Amino acid sequence: MRRFLFRGLWCALLLSIALGAQAQTGSSTASDEDAQALLEALDVGSYHDKGEAITAILQSDDERARDWLQALLDGRLQRTEEGRFVVVLNNIGRNWPVADALTEEPLGEMSRRDLDRIGINNALRNQLRSAIAVVDLYSPRVERRRLSAERLLGEVDGDLAGLLDTLISEEDDLQVRQRLTQALAIYQTENGELEGVETLKGSLHPRARVALNRAANGDDPIVADAARSALASIEQNLKLNRGVETLYFGLSLGSVLVLAAIGLAITFGVMGVINMAHGELIMLGAYTTWMMQQLLPGQPGLALLLSIPAGFLVAALVGIAIERGVIQFLKGRPLETLLATFGVSLILQQLVRTVISPLNRTVVTPEWMSGSLIINDALSLTLNRMVVLGFALFVFVGLMLIMRRTRLGLEVRAVTQNRAMARAMGIRATRVDILTFALGSGVAGLAGVALSQLTNVGPNLGQNYIIDSFMVVVFGGVGNLWGTLVAGLSLGVINQLLEPWAGAVLAKIIVLVFIILFIQKRPRGLFPQKGRAAEG
Amino acid sequence: MTTIDLTAKPRARRFATTLLASALAAASLHAVAQENDPIKVGILHSLSGTMAISESTLKDTVEMLIAQQNEAGGLLGRQLEAVVVDPASNWPLFAERARELLAQEEVDVVFGNWTSVSRKAVLPVFEELNGLLFYPVQYEGEESSENVFYTGAAPNQQAIPAVDYLINEVGIERFALIGTDYVYPRTTNRILEAYLQDEYGVAEEDIMVNYTPFGHSDWQNIVSEIRRFGEEGKPTAVVSTINGDANVPFYRELANQGIDAADIPVIAFSVGEQELSGIDTGPLVGHLAAWNYFMSVDTDANYDFIDAWIEHTGDEEAVTNDPMEAHYIGFNMWAEAVRKAGTTDVDAVKDAIIGVTVPNLSGGYAAMMPNHHITKPVLIGEVQDNGQFDIVWQTPSTVAGDAWSDFLPGSRDLIADWRAPMRCGNFNVANGSCGGSTAAEEAEAALAE
Repeated sequence: MRRFLFRGLWCALLLSIALGAQAQTGSSTASDEDAQALLEALDVGSYHDKGEAITAILQSDDERARDWLQALLDGRLQRTEEGRFVVVLNNIGRNWPVADALTEEPLGEMSRRDLDRIGINNALRNQLRSAIAVVDLYSPRVERRRLSAERLLGEVDGDLAGLLDTLISEEDDLQVRQRLTQALAIYQTENGELEGVETLKGSLHPRARVALNRAANGDDPIVADAARSALASIEQNLKLNRGVETLYFGLSLGSVLVLAAIGLAITFGVMGVINMAHGELIMLGAYTTWMMQQLLPGQPGLALLLSIPAGFLVAALVGIAIERGVIQFLKGRPLETLLATFGVSLILQQLVRTVISPLNRTVVTPEWMSGSLIINDALSLTLNRMVVLGFALFVFVGLMLIMRRTRLGLEVRAVTQNRAMARAMGIRATRVDILTFALGSGVAGLAGVALSQLTNVGPNLGQNYIIDSFMVVVFGGVGNLWGTLVAGLSLGVINQLLEPWAGAVLAKIIVLVFIILFIQKRPRGLFPQKGRAAEG
Repeated sequence: MTTIDLTAKPRARRFATTLLASALAAASLHAVAQENDPIKVGILHSLSGTMAISESTLKDTVEMLIAQQNEAGGLLGRQLEAVVVDPASNWPLFAERARELLAQEEVDVVFGNWTSVSRKAVLPVFEELNGLLFYPVQYEGEESSENVFYTGAAPNQQAIPAVDYLINEVGIERFALIGTDYVYPRTTNRILEAYLQDEYGVAEEDIMVNYTPFGHSDWQNIVSEIRRFGEEGKPTAVVSTINGDANVPFYRELANQGIDAADIPVIAFSVGEQELSGIDTGPLVGHLAAWNYFMSVDTDANYDFIDAWIEHTGDEEAVTNDPMEAHYIGFNMWAEAVRKAGTTDVDAVKDAIIGVTVPNLSGGYAAMMPNHHITKPVLIGEVQDNGQFDIVWQTPSTVAGDAWSDFLPGSRDLIADWRAPMRCGNFNVANGSCGGSTAAEEAEAALAE
């Protein structure tokens, strides 16, 4: 708790400074010597002294202070060998463009060898953020005020509490007002005031819970009772939120399984080909995404969207090559197909290792897929997972449409049900074989595009998913796309339900044992293929 | 080259004659030739499979060090030659390749291994054939072999100082110990649990332990558990022994769920510059790592090393990391010991190397201790948005590696000393005898509890 109190103190100190600044006629510019001296004080070994230097900069009321503090926070405030302070504009690579910290005039590029960074640690980072937040509380920009109000939750102390009332009444933005009210209520609750407890009723913020817990153990029986009942209702609400969260985790894991398996549901499920190189087709899709991002630097989002058709094409073409080169000669010999495609998978892995690199590749996550969608203080859903979940459903619907509504789908179903009869009806079975395999492989490529956002893109990516994919297809019922969807999603949810109390390793084992037992009971999976065709 | 076509073009003929002549010379001057034979340096790092991501750069490092040594005139007037084999991340294959290096290639020294399980696999081979192995990675301790030199950190050179830093400098009171499910994280976490409870009186409910398989990619549940664990009001930190590329999705999930280093810092023992080069570090700024070297170390020796490395790889963005420095130190120590002994003979080098002191890259010196571990400074770094670490704390002096942890019941009484009178890797100070297998078994039994 000491750390939080310390932060609170800082807030109060800085707030009074900021208020002082507000009262004056506005910011000024210190002379260059003064400014140099202010920055000079930052360049010391001890973090404690640096903290004092930061306070001095704030008190100096220089209009460049916020920029300096921000640069210091980002590690971009540095010093040259001659003792000149510079702000690094872009710190990627070995030579960085810099600008003078005092005059803001650009100074060209400098080597990192010649620059000394003014280092900060987490404690100073907290102090800087609080400093910037308190300055920003008076900012005309509403986003800045929102962020700073967010920071004050649980960080308020006596001095600051006195000021908050005025701030709240003067605030126009609803969100800022709510946050500041909560921040004040947390302070009151911690001091055992009933008013605060009443305000915090139903608040899901963890700091509110900590404050209520303290009040519930306090001396005043009335306040303690109120805090206890507030806590009970919060607990109930939290349980519900946790349930929703676990379900979401399960569905998102399930959607990954469905994506990885659904291509296999076509090649293995519908065509009956055991393709051990399926995982490598997924890997190729992921590498296509990487390649696209290399071709379109600076536009990760666009590259990702373009990777969807590109990944499909690349994997489909490789799929056709595998079908023509290996599988067509091994028709009806599952064991040999298994071994041959396993060989193909090793070849593809080593190919990637030799041609590209044995090291993992960085696939950038576009801005709109980073972070979370905040539902309330206790529940936020990660965006990248949400996009993948949506994409999995999209791919599933697309495949269903192809299989049910197109000529190709009809022919595929005809050939798999009775090859001889279909050929007698004039369907070119070989062409159907190629197209089906290409479709299944292409879908694996799509899975790769999606997985590049969740996991490492490396030569081993495919191996991690091949077993899971077969598991899902077999569990769902071979040859049934619906089965794959239901099996994938339910295995995901079961896994995430088990994980909190069994641990990740044991949860996986339990799921595997469960599937083995299930297959013993129902050898043809959840949704067995009906009719005579399934026998053949 | 059994027949030589004398009707061939003159240049080819001349070449053939030269070959013939040199072969004759070699035969007649056999003894001298052996003197001038290159010194063979074995490199036993995976170049394919899961560990290739980490180990292939170490192979390149040793090759670079050999090239530098050769440029500087070699060793004892002889050139060095690298013998590279690929154990392919396959633990039994490590043993086979080690045997190949020692028995067939007859190398003078081996630099290799990354995972503890692969080191355990080659250990009997090196002891049987009396080879020399330099092992460059931080590990769980509880081992000291006559034939192995541990240039990476033992737990007291990484994990223990890291926890001290968290408690004393950051004020952390709650710990989530998150690791990959194998011997290094399990042993380290056992040591840490005992240390936290005995030394700092941390309550049991304030320690959370969780293990995940290699290559784990679905971190949603665990990260959200960590978030809840940290919301109880006490300052909380995560101590991560997650290994390999599972770190990338872990940190990505942390960032996506909005866990900031200022709220719940993560201190990692297996995440270096190499691992971070796979992620956007913007959201990770302030998370910590404990190592004995960072690429951001501000010394001229380090800048020279980085420049040489970039030149060697031809990649402007190539990064250096802690195990690379360990090889740098290990290689120089071995070279120094060979010079001191005047021969590459394994037994002579083994005796000569104890006490050898060479500069490290962080501006200090590393000395080989009698227990085959070395002295290292411990550095704590915070992640920056350019994928580098900013050093925020370091031990005032170097720390000597402790082969046997003082915080585990079975190993408390053991010491290792490979100098002349004692020559024992697990000497039991309680009963005054070279403990042999019983002490090690006890330690293992204590671990299995």
